[in-house]
Amino acid sequence: MGDNETFAGGAAPPRVVIVDDHRLFRSGVRGELGDAVDVVGEAGDVDAAVRVITEKQPDLVLLDVHLPGGGGVEVLRRVLARQPEVRFLALSVSDAAEDVIGVVRGGARGYVTKTISGRELADAIVRVADGDAVFSPRLAGFVLDAFAATDAPPMDPELDRLTQREREVLRLIARGYAYKEVAKELFISVKTVETHVSSVLRKLQLSNRHELSRWATARKLV
Amino acid sequence: MSDTAAEDAPRMRRARDGRLVAGVGAGMARHLGVSTAVVRLALMALGFAGIGIAVYFALVFFVPNEAAADPAADPATGPAADPAGAHTEHARRQGRDLAQLLAYLAVAGALGMLFLLFGGLFDPLLWLVVFGAVGGAILWQQANPAQRDEWVSATSMRSRKGALRAGAGILLIVIGVFGFLAFQQQLHEARAGLTFAIATLAGISLVAAPWIIGLVRERDRERRERIRNQERAELAAHIHDSVLHTLTLIQRRAEDPREVQRLARVQERALRGWLYQRPADAESTVKAALERVAAEVEEVHGVPIDVVCVGDGDMDDAIHAELRAAREAMVNASKYAGPETVSVYGEVEPEQVLVFVRDRGPGFDLDGVPPDRMGVRGSIIGRMERHGGSARIRTAPGEGTEVQLTMPRIPGAE
Repeated sequence: MGDNETFAGGAAPPRVVIVDDHRLFRSGVRGELGDAVDVVGEAGDVDAAVRVITEKQPDLVLLDVHLPGGGGVEVLRRVLARQPEVRFLALSVSDAAEDVIGVVRGGARGYVTKTISGRELADAIVRVADGDAVFSPRLAGFVLDAFAATDAPPMDPELDRLTQREREVLRLIARGYAYKEVAKELFISVKTVETHVSSVLRKLQLSNRHELSRWATARKLV
Repeated sequence: MSDTAAEDAPRMRRARDGRLVAGVGAGMARHLGVSTAVVRLALMALGFAGIGIAVYFALVFFVPNEAAADPAADPATGPAADPAGAHTEHARRQGRDLAQLLAYLAVAGALGMLFLLFGGLFDPLLWLVVFGAVGGAILWQQANPAQRDEWVSATSMRSRKGALRAGAGILLIVIGVFGFLAFQQQLHEARAGLTFAIATLAGISLVAAPWIIGLVRERDRERRERIRNQERAELAAHIHDSVLHTLTLIQRRAEDPREVQRLARVQERALRGWLYQRPADAESTVKAALERVAAEVEEVHGVPIDVVCVGDGDMDDAIHAELRAAREAMVNASKYAGPETVSVYGEVEPEQVLVFVRDRGPGFDLDGVPPDRMGVRGSIIGRMERHGGSARIRTAPGEGTEVQLTMPRIPGAE
């Protein structure tokens, strides 16, 4: 996902809790991330995750979508109610729409699939820990689909519609462009790209747009 | 009626669903587009006129069964077998409808009795009674379908209720007919024995029918359950076989990371196909077709291709050409751009379909490509322009390559 300016400055690596029901996968991720992040805890199910997160107060939680005890969405619900400052990056083998949109609407600030490389994952973690959003090409595609232009007037234009610029950014991400490449293509800064993506994330989480809910219902989400 | 049907025989099939005896009545009704009740009653009337039975048997022999509705259904296991099992409505319709059959038998019995008692076709009294009985039968047949479905639905409690109703119907008809005849002073002493026999029969069937129907339904349910288990076992076997096979291959080719990755991707896609199979036909929508093209290129060349598609729509010839151009672009990316993932993005808009194929390879100098290189100019740019679309290639040394395909959609294709 490109270089990261904030982290390159030598700030302390983000403190991370890994939540995944496969121990093998947890240790694999831990090994791949190396020194880029500080893994302070691990959990294998919803209850353990809530306990560890409450105890360790991490900057970021790497959250598996499919977890025994209610899934990643349940962890999001229980943690964010008490600790809204904790940031979540969802991680899954699945790229099915219901999983992706489900955790993002539940409060995750990004979604990556488990096939992501260690370097890219470290980048994504740092980015999300800094408060930005991480969209995979597929997530960008889902969002474009969900906000597809229709003739129906939006109920809340502020939340229910993507701006032209946001749409352009998402299309480039869906085409496989990294943030840096998006910035170069549109003659804007990487920071502006991040702002656009965060704004899209907010709309996705808060919008009650009729089309979005219909789209979600058609895919048995929400 | 039966004559016209015989002439049009090639299009007529004996019904598999909703048959009572051999599916002739239901099949003919479907063929003629009239209610099954009308056809059945007409056949019955022809039967008493003397030719109906012959016609019926001729149709049984000369009209083939219709093809099984469900391709997975094994005809040998009988019409009641419903391997999918999920559609109870369908399952119910596949069996012979016992309550219906009983009702028709009752009507036929009543008609027969009338012939016996009156001994002629032209007695006005006979026709009075026949019309009454036929009217009653049709009323029963045409009664609120939802309610009728409830009467004959598959649960044993309800089937018992349905059989009871059918039995009560028979009894009512018998009582009605005999009462009418007694009132008309037509009943001779010699026929009192017949009355007794029929009443006894009706009583016995009233007692036995629910039990028999219950047994038949129980057997049908067990058979369905068995078939469902068999299907589940087959599915599990298939998945296990394919996954185990791939894992073995991966262990053997462990020294070749590219081949291992290819095997893993192919298997992953196959499994996903099994688990989350999309209802859309691979040939008929843009999204499915684009994903299929990418999967094929990936399998041949072993470079992962990620497809993101926004919107969807029906295919047309121009879009077929666009997808062939996209395939060519994916093949080029796989061949020349190294092992990094190729990104494919499709966007289906009302007026046009866009496809982007992007790789992160070394890129090349577009002006430096010799004019005789067919790959890019012929297969991609030329093909797009012949079909009214356009292709753009963006590349520079060190920056990868992106092929952008734009094809206008035929208006009204949506």
